[in-house]
Amino acid sequence: MKKGLTASALLATSLLGGCGGSEEPAKTGIAPEVFTDSLFAVMNSDRANYTKLIVQRLGPNGADAIKPNEHWEDMEGSAPLPAQMFRYGAEGVAEVTDTFTYSLQSLWPVNKQNAPKTDVEKEGLQFIADNPGQNFYGEETLGDTTYFTAVYPDVAVSPACTSCHNDHKDSPRSDFEIGEVMGGVVIRLPLPKT
Amino acid sequence: MSTKSLWFLWLISTLVLSGVLGYELFAESQKPHFLPGQTSLGHFQIELECSACHTESFADQQAIQQSCVDCHGAELDAVRDSHPRSKFTDPRNADRLARIDARYCVSCHSEHTPETTRLMGVTQPQDFCAYCHEDIADERPSHEGMGFQTCASSGCHNYHDNQALYEDFLLEHASEPALIVAGKLPLTSMEELIQVSGVSWSPYQPASGETLKQQGWQEAHEQWTSSAHGAADVGCVNCHQPDTDEAWADQPGTEVCATCHESEAKGFLAGRHGMRLAQDLPPMTPAQARLPMKENASHKELTCNSCHSPHEQNTTTAAVEACLGCHNDDHTLAFEQSPHHDTWVSFLEGGVSREEAVSCATCHLPRTEYKQFSNTIVRVDHNQNNTLRPNEKMIRTTCMHCHGLGFSLDALASEDLIQSNFTGLPATHIQSIDMALDRIEPSNTTP
Repeated sequence: MKKGLTASALLATSLLGGCGGSEEPAKTGIAPEVFTDSLFAVMNSDRANYTKLIVQRLGPNGADAIKPNEHWEDMEGSAPLPAQMFRYGAEGVAEVTDTFTYSLQSLWPVNKQNAPKTDVEKEGLQFIADNPGQNFYGEETLGDTTYFTAVYPDVAVSPACTSCHNDHKDSPRSDFEIGEVMGGVVIRLPLPKT
Repeated sequence: MSTKSLWFLWLISTLVLSGVLGYELFAESQKPHFLPGQTSLGHFQIELECSACHTESFADQQAIQQSCVDCHGAELDAVRDSHPRSKFTDPRNADRLARIDARYCVSCHSEHTPETTRLMGVTQPQDFCAYCHEDIADERPSHEGMGFQTCASSGCHNYHDNQALYEDFLLEHASEPALIVAGKLPLTSMEELIQVSGVSWSPYQPASGETLKQQGWQEAHEQWTSSAHGAADVGCVNCHQPDTDEAWADQPGTEVCATCHESEAKGFLAGRHGMRLAQDLPPMTPAQARLPMKENASHKELTCNSCHSPHEQNTTTAAVEACLGCHNDDHTLAFEQSPHHDTWVSFLEGGVSREEAVSCATCHLPRTEYKQFSNTIVRVDHNQNNTLRPNEKMIRTTCMHCHGLGFSLDALASEDLIQSNFTGLPATHIQSIDMALDRIEPSNTTP
């Protein structure tokens, strides 16, 4: 695991607000990686459950009761793909808060807009692909804001993941296997301006 | 004139001018002297109602954005906007936003700038797609050498609504013929109900003849007895005096129609015909239009009753005659010589059913399907913006009931054909279906 940051880099934008008086005890926050690790735990659990319990169990590989499809809005009896469910979640979060953002990216994206774009994204996605089981943490400045950026491995958890990506005409790879890193979840926190 | 007199004249002029402008600024809802520049085709009807967009004094960008969303948000959601704000809020897009801040509508649709405003109120250069898709040829080699000014002007892509243009949709409908022989338009749910239930449109016998003393009332009553309202027992007071505590209204307004026809009224108020009423402005008149209109229709005021004669509610009249009564552009004037009109005449003469006849309303006020739980409801969409521009918006709701996708794309890209109201064949061929096929089976279409 890359240890680019220590716990001294506190997520303190709001927690340290109003600390002008010297008498007040210093307030502490949680380390950015603890925060992003926790967020990822929730995201990853929901994502794996949707893939295994809905898409895999009810889709063509299971009961064949639903048709998971990118264009689900145009198909009777269809359902969003796991990656779309993940994106809808990220968009919903973005509507209510800007304290963090997240996205699903890959070195081998079906949609090329989901390829890594910033230097930290590129480095992070390569790191988690080369170091299975490890996360990546970094800092980057985008626009006029500096961000703590964490990249977590997105692993193929069911045949629904591999078969869909391996067979998709826009996929750059057709040899994904279960358990393999297919992409990464990128979580960003804006750091307090100094 | 003495210097003193000149100073006095200046002072009086200044005070009068200040008073007039000050009154307009602070007391009047419409402020014509403060309009900084002509607005676009979409907004000119309400441009003097400043607060329609500028909801607060010195409003920030977010407040203006909210005004856009309040009127246009639902329609963008309905067409599955390809570039919603949510695509750009991630910080990874910071470099893109520095070039064009796609989080805000006004970044591309700036108002009061007629010198830079193109169709649909777009104020970005035509090749703006390059801001984010400059390397598209890496992903799609077929796009190599194509100018970015052609992305959205060639019938291939739209910025917001790509429901009829995305690749898998093109592939799904690639082999459709130009004319689908068994093609039919949907009946509205009301028409279907009338057909199924066997409701007759026979004259309704009123309980009392007391109110029929005047000749005008007699005529209105005779029209009403043969109308849908007559058949459904929607009587005089239901529209003219819905609240018995209120006085009888000789000319009930749109709000009365909306009591029962909620969806239709909502569409009407969101569209070109009713948007002034939606802002509590006097009704739109053809005299105010920027499109060519018939001179003898200049004075008409656009309400529900303008197209739907109040006691007849004749949807056949509303679908063609009402339109031709005001509109005077080439496309409209060519309708009566068009093949579409031939089907309409055939319907009027009893040759074909309503589902096989094409009217003005077929394309501009289409019958649209809505899902309501497990039921499909078909209603007339009275917001003509939903199928107007870019014109590919009408492909799925209108054209494809009778025509194949490829033919529809070609026809809508042929400007001369549009002006002749689709008399003849498309002169333009849109290659998007060929290119989509070429990606999956290169040997099929690659020379």
